[in-house]
Amino acid sequence: MGKTIAEKIFEAHLRDKPSPENMVLNLDVVMCHEITTPIAIIDLMEKGMDQVFDKTKIKAVIDHVTPAKDSKTATQGKIMREWAKRHDIKDFFDIGANGVCHALFPEKGFVRPGYTVIMGDSHTCTHGAFGAFAAGVGTTDLEVGIYKGVCSFRAPTTLKINISGDLRLGVVAKDVILAIIKSISVNGATDKVIEFTGTVVDSFTMSSRMTLCNMAVEAGATCGICLPDRVTAEYLWPFIQSDYPTIDAAVEDYKKYHSDPDASYSDIIEFDISRLTPQVTYGYKPDLVKDVKEMEGTPVDQVYIGSCTNGRIEDLRDAATILQGRKLAENVRGVVTPATPLIYTMALEEGIIKTFMDAGFCVLNPTCGACLGMSAGVLAEGEVCASTTNRNFNGRMGKGGMVHLMSPFSTAAAAVTGVITDPTKFLS
Amino acid sequence: MKQFGGPAIFLDRDDINTDEIIPAKYLTEISKTALKPHLLEDLLLDGIPYDRQSEKSQEAQVVVTRANFGCGSSREHAVWAFEVNDINIVIAESFARIFRQNMFNCGILAVEFRKDQLDQLFGMEGDIFISVDLEKCELTGFSNLDSQDSLVFQFQLNQFDQELVSAGGWLAYADTNY
Ligand code: SF4
Repeated sequence: MGKTIAEKIFEAHLRDKPSPENMVLNLDVVMCHEITTPIAIIDLMEKGMDQVFDKTKIKAVIDHVTPAKDSKTATQGKIMREWAKRHDIKDFFDIGANGVCHALFPEKGFVRPGYTVIMGDSHTCTHGAFGAFAAGVGTTDLEVGIYKGVCSFRAPTTLKINISGDLRLGVVAKDVILAIIKSISVNGATDKVIEFTGTVVDSFTMSSRMTLCNMAVEAGATCGICLPDRVTAEYLWPFIQSDYPTIDAAVEDYKKYHSDPDASYSDIIEFDISRLTPQVTYGYKPDLVKDVKEMEGTPVDQVYIGSCTNGRIEDLRDAATILQGRKLAENVRGVVTPATPLIYTMALEEGIIKTFMDAGFCVLNPTCGACLGMSAGVLAEGEVCASTTNRNFNGRMGKGGMVHLMSPFSTAAAAVTGVITDPTKFLS
Repeated sequence: MKQFGGPAIFLDRDDINTDEIIPAKYLTEISKTALKPHLLEDLLLDGIPYDRQSEKSQEAQVVVTRANFGCGSSREHAVWAFEVNDINIVIAESFARIFRQNMFNCGILAVEFRKDQLDQLFGMEGDIFISVDLEKCELTGFSNLDSQDSLVFQFQLNQFDQELVSAGGWLAYADTNY
């Protein structure tokens, strides 16, 4: 019987099988941010267990609220900073060098094919784009990860989604994943790994693959995963040069992680996107998705471009294509946050930041900011936001606010018209 | 070993997410007890804000709900918010993986029932009290209106989850075993 990529990774990292259904895995990377980690650190300290299993395998960042907005968030940052120093954690990213965790860590080359990764953050599934098993966990799992370098999971079952067809103009990875969530529902993949395959995924850049895997959790999945290939190897090349003589050699080696042809899946879904048009959410669940065309004319008060879903340079470029030479509609506030300092720098050099500013946007430093309604762009009661983020839950970006999730193209189109708008009319 | 059960509240909706259980703005707290007054603050049932100040809600030690409970953010604060409010068991048709794991990691119970069993529980009249026999994996619901009106269900617990509850959580288990 063949194995899926997830099964291969589990097998290679198996530490213990405490019951027939459960597997305790050795971890390659434990990622930490300032919202869920401080309580773990404090608890370990109180219990006399303030140790880290391997300081080189811990990657930490202050990203959710940065710069600190009040004394409480300042304290969270302080706890992280002191802990990183105490344990000599070199890969710790503080203000000036920090950015949204799921955009920053891949950019640093921390995630490789075949790795096991956890973080106290549900969108850790993003890193599956590299052919890794990457799962969001709670603080206790994180605590044990930091202390012992292990985490327990149920044996993986995999749902395969094979995506084919030619993408229409103005349709991007965000539209594809929204359509998938709509079709399988918010718990369509609970307790499963989603393996994304097919010609569309093969043609996607790492940025698009990350967008796809990022929202796997919105369908309940433990992890989204793409098979590592030439695109992966080329992205990682600066970091793997000493491991492989050539990119070809890396591509060849990565094949060992690919699912076997006779691997077994809980289900295989064929997803043809040839007729797909830009997508948007309505209501408070990410599987409430319509064609943008059906929602056209819905007024928005704010647009938000950023986050681990769509705050990368490709996303900013998409938005800028529409914003170039145009202005924010009256009564619309525009907020953009490039997800990392590198993305910010590239956007500056490419003139994209100027395009945003000329259009009337507020350009923020790299941070999660408004995505989770904690800082920098929170909505007032009754306000509506067109957003490139990943959650439209009630109250997510501010109590009583409504969030419509969409692509950077669609968000930029809403920015200049003031209403939800099909972006294709601005593209040629 | 810890006792499980107590007065129940019923949250009749699928897909209740962890943002609704504890909104992000309270994630700046670094103590679990600070979460206590904010449990279920943003929950809407039938589009109406949930009355979490009611006496029944304040006294609850058991939550009975529907499918995909605890979806969304990985925040363990959602579990702690239950814990500091003395809620020791959540019964649902299904759970989001991270939430379920967080419950057992904290040594408290997330129990899955079939939809028809839940319908029976939801259908009971009066104030409902739940008692749990963990050894027998048996759960009983009593109504205050009629002492004869009780429902008994068997449930299944994964062996490892049961061990976590006995050990008092994952940190204690991992510290001993790895
Ligand atoms: S950008 Fe939003 S979804 Fe992503 S890690 Fe930050 S808060 Fe979470």
